[in-house]
Amino acid sequence: MDETVAEYIRRTVLKIPRDEIKMMLQKWGFLSEAQLQTLNFHQVKDNISQEVVQLCEENSADIKQAAVLDIIYNHIYQNKRMWRVYQMKKSGEELEYFDLTDFKKKFKGRLRSTLKNVTITFREYEDNAIWIRVAWGTLYRKPNQYKPSYVVYHSQTPYVFISASMLKSNLPLLCQALIVASNYHDIREMELRSHSLNSLKDIVFKRYSQNFQTYHPKPLQEGNVEPENEDLRIVQENRSEKERIQRLNREVFGDGPQPKLEFAQYRLETMFKSDPKMDVLDKKEPFRCLVKFSSPHLLESLKSLPAAGMADAPLSPLLTCIPQQARNYFKIREKKGLFPESFVSP
Amino acid sequence: HLATSLPLPSERDHLRPRIDLIVFMIDIKSKYSLKNVEASLAYVDARFFLGKVCFLVTGVGRVNYCSIETNAICQLGEAYRSPVLFCELELEGIRVATAQRLLRMLQICAGHIPGVSALFFVSLMRNSDDD
Repeated sequence: MDETVAEYIRRTVLKIPRDEIKMMLQKWGFLSEAQLQTLNFHQVKDNISQEVVQLCEENSADIKQAAVLDIIYNHIYQNKRMWRVYQMKKSGEELEYFDLTDFKKKFKGRLRSTLKNVTITFREYEDNAIWIRVAWGTLYRKPNQYKPSYVVYHSQTPYVFISASMLKSNLPLLCQALIVASNYHDIREMELRSHSLNSLKDIVFKRYSQNFQTYHPKPLQEGNVEPENEDLRIVQENRSEKERIQRLNREVFGDGPQPKLEFAQYRLETMFKSDPKMDVLDKKEPFRCLVKFSSPHLLESLKSLPAAGMADAPLSPLLTCIPQQARNYFKIREKKGLFPESFVSP
Repeated sequence: HLATSLPLPSERDHLRPRIDLIVFMIDIKSKYSLKNVEASLAYVDARFFLGKVCFLVTGVGRVNYCSIETNAICQLGEAYRSPVLFCELELEGIRVATAQRLLRMLQICAGHIPGVSALFFVSLMRNSDDD
């Protein structure tokens, strides 16, 4: 077995928390159950990984199998990576029947025709997700297994999720291979990024609970403002305001849990508006400014701001449009024309 | 009665009993909270400031998150001749102790303690500079 493969397997096993190693090796299926029995999972991880490498040596593992173990690890710990969303466009034809083998062949063919030194691994999962792992090399160097890119493609949708730690020059190649393999004709990056892959999927597949426009007043029977405040001796003076905020929140955010995003970034290219007497900026050029909101769970925290009294309800549509517009990176420019308001541009 | 700001909504005027004590809660982590209290003070009748108003500053346990100078709050207390209490709601012991203090103050303001009235709080506020 190649030394580099042995080292790669050893390092991959070291990444796995000790309690999960057995489960992941079983999922991998490369070592037999009998071999797994011989492993002592109660020792130091260093020793466990050495023993695993020895067993792999017996089975003559090569880089292809090692790559599968890496995909399994990254599928379970997908939230450690930053994912970007891409959307593919068809030239207007009907959706053709998706053939997985054909897809794989075309993908590999396309990449390999430009770059001989790549390691490409596929793995399919139950939710129709195809995971692709690509390790990149150059004309003269073998692929760097420690900085692969991961692509998640749901064949019934035009969306691709990419987590890359690669040279910028390899990204167009990857995109090309994807559209060729999936019979689309164009691909563009959406302004949507997050660590939570499932949340990104929720947003683009519209799986989160959305607000449905109701044009008649909804009787809020179940809308209790303070469920824990059963003490009748406490009187809420601003109950109607609290209910208004709850109602607005519900209309904007819906009832269910929000998709998990960590950032919202607004790049402002608007003019600085100040009192002309103050004369702060006499040059009439856009005031460049970057506003970034970050949070462990951005949308839930935005949702809780009005109720906590930290923001006025309704919240700015620039914040609340994030899931509907499927973006969390915005560029705000000056609207040219009579009304100097700002508008959101792609 | 809990309210987020003053004045109180007028539609509930007929349901409200006599008000004996107003406690203005200021979250030391939020400048907005201080502004809100300052704005609400304008709606309080002058008679309340004879011992029936108190400022309660919360969140003092988290020293790193203070947004308001304690100086500013003490000046507020002096300007309105009202006591300022500091507490940390997240600690049960302090929470309970503060509640007990407020309850005691309320009993006095409501006239339940014979021989002691709310005016005593005003006299307690006098500091040594006042002479």
